Amino acid sequence: METLWFAFASVMVAIYVVMDGFDFGAGALHLWVARTDRERRQVLGAIGPFWDGNEVWLLAGGGVLFLAFPKVLASALSGFYMAIMLFLWVLILRGISIEFRSHLEDGMWRSFWDATFGMASTLAPVLLGAALGNLIRGVPLQADGWFGLSLFESFSPRGALGILDWYTVLAGLLALAALSHHGALFLAWKTDGPVRQRSLRAAGILFPAVVVLWVAATAATARLAPGLFTSLAARPLAWLATVVFLAGLAGSFLARRAGRDLPAFLASGAFLLGILGATAASVFPTMIRSIDGPSRSLTAFNASAGPEGLAAGLLWWPFGFVLAIVYTAVVFRLHRGRSRSADGEGY
Amino acid sequence: MSDPLFWHRLQFGFTITYHYIFPQLTMGLALLIVLMKFAALRTGSAAWRQAARFWIRIFGLSFAMGVVTGVPMEFQLGTNWAAFAHRTGGVIGQTLAMEGIFAFFLESSFLAILLFGEKRLGALLHFAAALALFAGSWLSGYFIIATNAFMQHPVGHALAADGTFRLARLSRFVFNPWAFEQYIHNQMAAAVTGAFVVAAVGAYWTLRREHPEVARVSLRIGVVAGLVASVLVAFPTGHAQGRLVAAHQPVTLAAMEGRFESGPRAPMAMIGQPNVAERRLDNPIELPALLSWIAYGDFSANVRGLASFPERDWPTNIELLYYSFHIMVGLGTMFIAVMAAATFLLRRGRLHRARFMLWILALAFPFPFIANTAGWMTAELGRQPWLVYGLMRTAEGGSPTVHAGATLFTSLGFAGLYFVLGVLFLALVARDIGRGPARHA
Repeated sequence: METLWFAFASVMVAIYVVMDGFDFGAGALHLWVARTDRERRQVLGAIGPFWDGNEVWLLAGGGVLFLAFPKVLASALSGFYMAIMLFLWVLILRGISIEFRSHLEDGMWRSFWDATFGMASTLAPVLLGAALGNLIRGVPLQADGWFGLSLFESFSPRGALGILDWYTVLAGLLALAALSHHGALFLAWKTDGPVRQRSLRAAGILFPAVVVLWVAATAATARLAPGLFTSLAARPLAWLATVVFLAGLAGSFLARRAGRDLPAFLASGAFLLGILGATAASVFPTMIRSIDGPSRSLTAFNASAGPEGLAAGLLWWPFGFVLAIVYTAVVFRLHRGRSRSADGEGY
Repeated sequence: MSDPLFWHRLQFGFTITYHYIFPQLTMGLALLIVLMKFAALRTGSAAWRQAARFWIRIFGLSFAMGVVTGVPMEFQLGTNWAAFAHRTGGVIGQTLAMEGIFAFFLESSFLAILLFGEKRLGALLHFAAALALFAGSWLSGYFIIATNAFMQHPVGHALAADGTFRLARLSRFVFNPWAFEQYIHNQMAAAVTGAFVVAAVGAYWTLRREHPEVARVSLRIGVVAGLVASVLVAFPTGHAQGRLVAAHQPVTLAAMEGRFESGPRAPMAMIGQPNVAERRLDNPIELPALLSWIAYGDFSANVRGLASFPERDWPTNIELLYYSFHIMVGLGTMFIAVMAAATFLLRRGRLHRARFMLWILALAFPFPFIANTAGWMTAELGRQPWLVYGLMRTAEGGSPTVHAGATLFTSLGFAGLYFVLGVLFLALVARDIGRGPARHA
């Protein structure tokens, strides 16, 4: 049952990254791919109906952790205190920029929110990537399962540990590149005209950056957490996820070159799902890795909420999950088609 | 002051108080928007349709503020209250996860559908979307209240050997009797907020002789809904809350009333200042025997005073608890009076000419926000010194590795950010009200 909830939590996090990832990517790029007010309204028209629902995946994923692995949630959120707070502020600014911008037809007002939106959307993926980097590198868990990390210390993953070091920043940059690439492909699919052209060009520039950063991060991970690859090799599910993410990476390139916008975006989503899935399958059952050896790590088994709660959750949670998928599909279906340079209703 | 617990409490108190300004408005407006759209469907009148469209726009702004200030709340249970999250997550994680998967997706999806537009959806589907949005926002309210109810009156759990709370019976926990009473009371209070805001805008436009048709329907629905909701907040739901507190948190009841000595025929203080050092209520003006009746349905019932409880179980801020409770009750009483008078004038067909009444309505809208806040402060200060009533103390709940300096830093950050957002929100809403409904037709 712990295994099942570990899988649910991983799926929720992965869906969150894929969904909100395209908002973040679009936001990080919009200052470059959309130059005029009309073009920026077009970008907001493309992500406007989705961003709020996408963010709900984060809350619902947090809910799964709360329900099934409260100790993991409590330890990670308090241990990464400063980074989490930064992430929350960034999320606040991102959401409010989208909603406030359209309410005044004023150049300065809109420039301010455009810049805020771009900055927040750039920082969020870096923080998400750094968080994953921290979990892979490991944290100084105490015997009672708590830890506290300041934002930065020596910037070395081997020296005095902080949340940010060269390894976790590298993971953050990989996330920024991958989500920007993802967002560019989303905009290519959901917009037309110059915005689409520039998004395709941006994706073309970002693709090699994703590959290079991915190779660098993989090499660094092999040195810092070699156990990850040992278990990856031993687990068929991790192989499958690896195949998915490699195919997704290649597919996003090939489909974009072939001018097929939706397949390119979906392939990029598969890349993100696959790489997160492979990581989850390889680290299982570890949820927070201890740098002082595995005996202190928080795992799906030693940090679960107990069999009664996990069993009770199974009664209703899968039903809610299916509903969430249905709602998401309805919203996408309703807002199908491209955000045209001519309209942008509500934005 | 370098005790992190103080700053955790201050930060959480501030962020949740600020956050709840918006959900109470959106929950109240959601109900009124459904009613307006229903009236539009039934009568085919353009005024109702325009009113609904205008209020959906205000709803959207308020919803956005609610979302961005609400996301931190769930996280702060982990960042600032890690020990609490760890020990109780096995129980309250259920309702918090339900809120995410059942309510938030419903809300966000149907808001996106609602904003897709009436023209493209058709009137009936658009009404259905409004209904779903209402259901989502009220469902979200229930899951939060059920979570809070566990902290007020824990049921459905078992205590594990390591001190963590385990779920024993899901249905007992989710359908906590405390949650039921508190939910109805809270939702009616949110409806009061929505009704006062709608009535205020209607009154403002009427006074300025602007948008007469939409002003008229806004005024009408605001005043009638305001009267019904104000009455229901006090009776039976407020009364029921009082009896629950009397039954399960008698020490809280004593502190709410500034009552130090026990005795029968307990009076209800209308005004007075609790003097905790001397253990008395200064300058009291009291209604005789009323507290005994409210608490136990019997004018001669004995109501215990604070002196009969060990001091370590007293609420930690008796003075603020006392004032919160009295501000809530006092304002609630005035709401009934204001809305009753306005409804009387409306029935007589004189409300749109009654300038004095219109001025009162136009200026009264901040007070339901104050009353709602005071109500929640009563509930939460009254719960002290416990996080989970009788089982886990607030002092045990903070994050063990987060120090005061970190929490103060982020508290200041939240204060600055929320101040700016609040100013901008008010400016945007004021501007939308100034432009009126026609511009968005």
